[in-house]
Amino acid sequence: MTLLRRVRLTTAGIAVATAALLALWPLLPAWAAHTVGVSLGGGLVVLGLLILIRFGLVSFGQGLFFAIGGYAAALANQFLGITDMLVLSVAGIASAGAVAWALGYIVRGHRGIFFAMLNLAFSMILFGILAKTVVLGSTDGFSVGVPTLLGFAPDPEAGRLTFMLFGYIVVFTAVVAWWVDRILASPIGYAGQGVRENELRLRYLGVSARGAVHIAYIAAAKLAALGGVFTVLLIGHVTPEDTAYWTKSGEFVFVAILGGSGNVAAPFIAQTVFELVRTFALQYAPDAWQMLLGITLLLVILFLPGGLWSLADRLRGRDA
Amino acid sequence: MPEVLLETRGLGKRFGAVVAAEDVNVSVTAGEIVGVIGANGAGKTTFCNMVTGYLTPDLGQILFRGKDITGCTVGQATEAGIHRSFQIPQLFPGLTVYENLLLAVGVFGHRRPPWWQPLVRPEVENEATAIMERYRIAESATTRVDRLPQGVRKLLDIAMAMVGQPAMILLDEPTSGISTKEKFDVMGNVIDALRKSAATVLFVEHDMEVVGRYADRVIAFREGRVLADGTPGVVLEDPAVIEHVVGRRPGRAPDA
Repeated sequence: MTLLRRVRLTTAGIAVATAALLALWPLLPAWAAHTVGVSLGGGLVVLGLLILIRFGLVSFGQGLFFAIGGYAAALANQFLGITDMLVLSVAGIASAGAVAWALGYIVRGHRGIFFAMLNLAFSMILFGILAKTVVLGSTDGFSVGVPTLLGFAPDPEAGRLTFMLFGYIVVFTAVVAWWVDRILASPIGYAGQGVRENELRLRYLGVSARGAVHIAYIAAAKLAALGGVFTVLLIGHVTPEDTAYWTKSGEFVFVAILGGSGNVAAPFIAQTVFELVRTFALQYAPDAWQMLLGITLLLVILFLPGGLWSLADRLRGRDA
Repeated sequence: MPEVLLETRGLGKRFGAVVAAEDVNVSVTAGEIVGVIGANGAGKTTFCNMVTGYLTPDLGQILFRGKDITGCTVGQATEAGIHRSFQIPQLFPGLTVYENLLLAVGVFGHRRPPWWQPLVRPEVENEATAIMERYRIAESATTRVDRLPQGVRKLLDIAMAMVGQPAMILLDEPTSGISTKEKFDVMGNVIDALRKSAATVLFVEHDMEVVGRYADRVIAFREGRVLADGTPGVVLEDPAVIEHVVGRRPGRAPDA
């Protein structure tokens, strides 16, 4: 399959999925709609990891930018009184973009385990700061109001998860996924393969490997932050432990491996599977939850090294 | 009067006590094919590394098309029009021959075309295909690079270096690691293709037969200095070159 055809197919897939989710809204029970929203939010963070994985890199600290996005939105809402979800999203993306731009100068010269652990270190520093800051509620965090969109406020009786918020998250995520897919198919996306395969040759093709890593790092950070904004708007509360703690970052890497890096849809599918398994496991087997995760990861690595997405490739009868 | 493309003035480089280059003055005219010879450690690769911006010289100047490019980065040298191939081919091993060239053509000068456009556009595909044909590696198009024979890897490495139509190309030992049988085929293909592209060529080579056959001019290095510089007939017969570089009279059958 040619790249151009693959990009077109993915675009069509995203359009169909978006339309289906919006059409399903009246039929979805509240918990299911919530699961979809949270999965899209988490999936955005994993989409950022997918970009890094295409560059041959992995970050054990995406919780850092997930937290920056969530806290930026929550702070703007709580302390500046901003309720518009679009403005809150931009605030999250811009904050994470600025931090990633600065940290990028440190991480872009590192590869492999050093890149992964540097990010873990940064995320733990932020966790420490957030957990000790009394005005931000320390480890308890603080609440976020119900968001509005372009001057429209949802019905106060309708609760937090309205069609407005749901539709906003679905459409915004779809546009972002479509855009990332195009970027991955563009020269800068292919430069990522060059970084993964042979940096020396890439340099002699006139491309700065460090510059390309820096761009990918900022992009991944912005995606993670947007995921953080969506999650906080859905849950209505932000805490350090649910955003910046290292187990959260580890969860994102887990989902990235579960989904595979074959397609921009993989992170969202994997995150949905993850959320569903967690929901049911916590209900029916609360003590076995961690074990269940471990076994799942083991099975995926052994039998589906390309992640859940490679199932789709197998069904089409070509090797991933 | 043809243009002087590359000129180095008093180039010097030391690694601790080792003199890798000392007072190297070389000038290359557009269209020349220059062979660079010398024993191991004579400073041939250091010279290539300095000219392509990989190493910064301690002393001296490098002029390319009359412009001072001393101390520029690899990226800047590449943009200026000096590309190189490698003694050990530097490829993208997990990708096929075709994908390697697509990637090279697509990312080269990636700031010029709109970078958000999908990489694989007809013009990129056409150029990649044309390069494969020019270097006669089209039949390996769908083979992964880590499964290629060494000769094809060498050709692909040079083909990758020629992406972007550089004014000058430095070939670092284009026939090393290739069997005696294959080396004239490979080198013939390369020189053929390079002549068609009107590139100026500087090639580092240990095989005096290859040098004698393909070079218009030969520069011999010894201990970081230029020992001799002239036509192959003169340089390869120079007693000092025979003693320190060739080690035997040219024309005699090689030991291998």
